[in-house]
Amino acid sequence: MTILKVDDIGISFGGLKAIDGVGFSVEAGQIFSIIGPNGAGKTTLFNVISGIYEASEGRIELAGQDVTRFAPDVLAARGLSRTFQNLQIFQRMTAIENVMVGRHLQEKCNLFADLFRLPSVTRQNKETRAAALAFLDEVGLRDHADTPAGALSYGACKRLEIARALAAEPRVLLLDEPAAGCNSVETEEIDRLICRVAAKGIAVVLVEHDMKLVMKISDRILALERGRPLIEGSPGEVRANPAVLEAYLGKHGAREAARA
Amino acid sequence: MLAALRHRYGILLVLAIVIAVLPLAFPSSYYFRVASLVWVSAFAAIGLNILMGKAGQVSLGHAGFFGIGAYAVAIGPTHLGVPSLVALLLGCLLSALLAFLVGRPILRLKGHYLAIATLGFGVLVALVITTESRWTGGPDGMSVMKLTLFGWRASGSDTWYWITGGLLLAGTWIALNLDETPTGRAFRALHDSEIAARVTGINVNRFKLQAFVIAAVYASLAGSALALMNGFVNPDQAGFLHSIELVTMVVLGGLGSVLGSIVGAAVLIMLPQVLTVFQEYENLLLGAIIIVSMIFMREGIVPMLSKFMMGRRA
Repeated sequence: MTILKVDDIGISFGGLKAIDGVGFSVEAGQIFSIIGPNGAGKTTLFNVISGIYEASEGRIELAGQDVTRFAPDVLAARGLSRTFQNLQIFQRMTAIENVMVGRHLQEKCNLFADLFRLPSVTRQNKETRAAALAFLDEVGLRDHADTPAGALSYGACKRLEIARALAAEPRVLLLDEPAAGCNSVETEEIDRLICRVAAKGIAVVLVEHDMKLVMKISDRILALERGRPLIEGSPGEVRANPAVLEAYLGKHGAREAARA
Repeated sequence: MLAALRHRYGILLVLAIVIAVLPLAFPSSYYFRVASLVWVSAFAAIGLNILMGKAGQVSLGHAGFFGIGAYAVAIGPTHLGVPSLVALLLGCLLSALLAFLVGRPILRLKGHYLAIATLGFGVLVALVITTESRWTGGPDGMSVMKLTLFGWRASGSDTWYWITGGLLLAGTWIALNLDETPTGRAFRALHDSEIAARVTGINVNRFKLQAFVIAAVYASLAGSALALMNGFVNPDQAGFLHSIELVTMVVLGGLGSVLGSIVGAAVLIMLPQVLTVFQEYENLLLGAIIIVSMIFMREGIVPMLSKFMMGRRA
C-alpha cells in the first residue's frame, strides 16, 4: 500500500531550481533511500516533504490525501516524522524529556489543566514517561534517560532523535543521514534499528552517504543529481548504473573506477 | 533544605517558611513594605520567566501589562464604580485579551525584531496612560481606593505583606506546575529548537501565544496588587525602565528558574535600598554589580549556585 507519494515536486530559490521534477512513492514497511552527491538536493527534498519549505510545483500525498504545502505540525499530526542532518535536539531537556515531547500528539494538552496540574495531568505524565522509556529502550538509551541531552555523545543524539520521531508513532519516517559521523559499531546499530522500524510497517525514507548501509538495507533507491532524478530502482540496479558512478566521481573518475 | 529545592512542594515549603519567618526579624514597618515590593515584583518576574526562560521569547514591554493591571484597580472603582476585586479581574482579562491580539502578529517575529515589537507595545501603553489624563491623572498619576473585602479594609504594610506573600506562593505554585506537563514541555521544546518542535507536531505559534498571555496576566495581577498596596499609581509603572527592570530580574536570577526570579527581584529591589548609603554613587554601583554578576554568573544567580552546590557534593 502506497503511503507517501511525491509527484513531480519542484522548488526554486531566487530563480535557482534546487529540486526539479522529482517524484517517487513509498509503501508501508518499505525502506526507500535517496542518494546523490553533495548539493544534489536531498535535504531540500526532505524539507519540502516535511513542510519546512513550500513546494513551488508538484503534489505530495500522504495516505492518499493531498498534503502539499501543509505546515510541519499538521503533517506530524497526519503521521509524518523526521530527523535532521544537523542535530535538532532539545539540549536543555533530559533524554527522556526529549522523547516525551515526541509524544506531544498522543497527549491531551489543556492549558488550564496543566497550570493547576490536575490529577489527570499527573496520570497522563506517568503514561507518557513509561512510553518514552520504551522508545529509549528501543534505541538503546534507556540508561541515559535522565542525562541532559546536551551531555550525550553525537551518536547517542542521533539515536535520541530517532526515538523522538518514533515516539510520535508515525506512518512515514524521514531519516536525514542517521549514520553520519557514527563509527562502524554505531552504524550497525542504526542499520538494525531502521530494519526493525520498517518491520513494524512504518515507511522509512532515508538520506544517507554510507553506501554500504544504503545498499544493504534499502528496498528501493532514488539517485538525485543537481535536483533532478537520475535513476530509481533496486540497490542492484542503481549500483550497476554508470550514470550514478559518474554523478559521484565525474566522467574521469567513473572510467577509473570501471577499470579498477 | 537544599535537597528540598529540587522538588515542587519542597520549593513551596521553603518559600512559605521564609515568608512566615522573615517578619520576626523586621524592626519596622518599612521592612514589611520593602519585602512586599519584593513579593510583587517577584510575582511579575515569575510570569515573565515563563515567557523568557521557558518559551524563550523576549518581551521588552511587559510593564505595559503591569500598568494595565495597576490602572484597572485605579480607574475601575473611581470612574466606573466597579469594586476593586472586579476591577482587578477586568484588568487581567484586558491584559490577556491585548496580549492575545498583539501577540498573534508579533510572536511570529524572532529575536531582536520581537524585542523591538514588544518594546513598541510597552511604549504605546505608557503613552496612552500619560496622555489620557481625564481618566488616568496623566503624568501625575492618581490615587487608588483601598481594597475592601466584605467590610474589611486591606491596609497597613503588614497586611499587604501577607497578601502579596500569599500571591507569590500561588504564582510560584502555578509556574512550578507547568514543568512535567505537555504545555511546559512544548514551551521548553520550542525554546531549544523551534524547527524540531514543529516537526514533532507542536503548534509553535499557539504555544508562544499561550506563554505571552500567561506572562501578561501575571504582570497585570502584580500591577493591581502594587496599586492597591500603594494606594497610588503613576505612569512609571507602565514605563520602559520598569520593563527593563523586570527583564533584569529574570535574567539576573536565572532564566527558566522560578526561584531565580524571586532572588532576582529581591536583589533588584533591595540593592538600591542598601546602596543609598553611597548616595550619588548609588546607580553607578548598582550598574556595576549587575555587570559583574552577569559576567561571572552568566546563567543567573540560582542556576549557578545550584550547580556549585551539586559540584561540591559530587
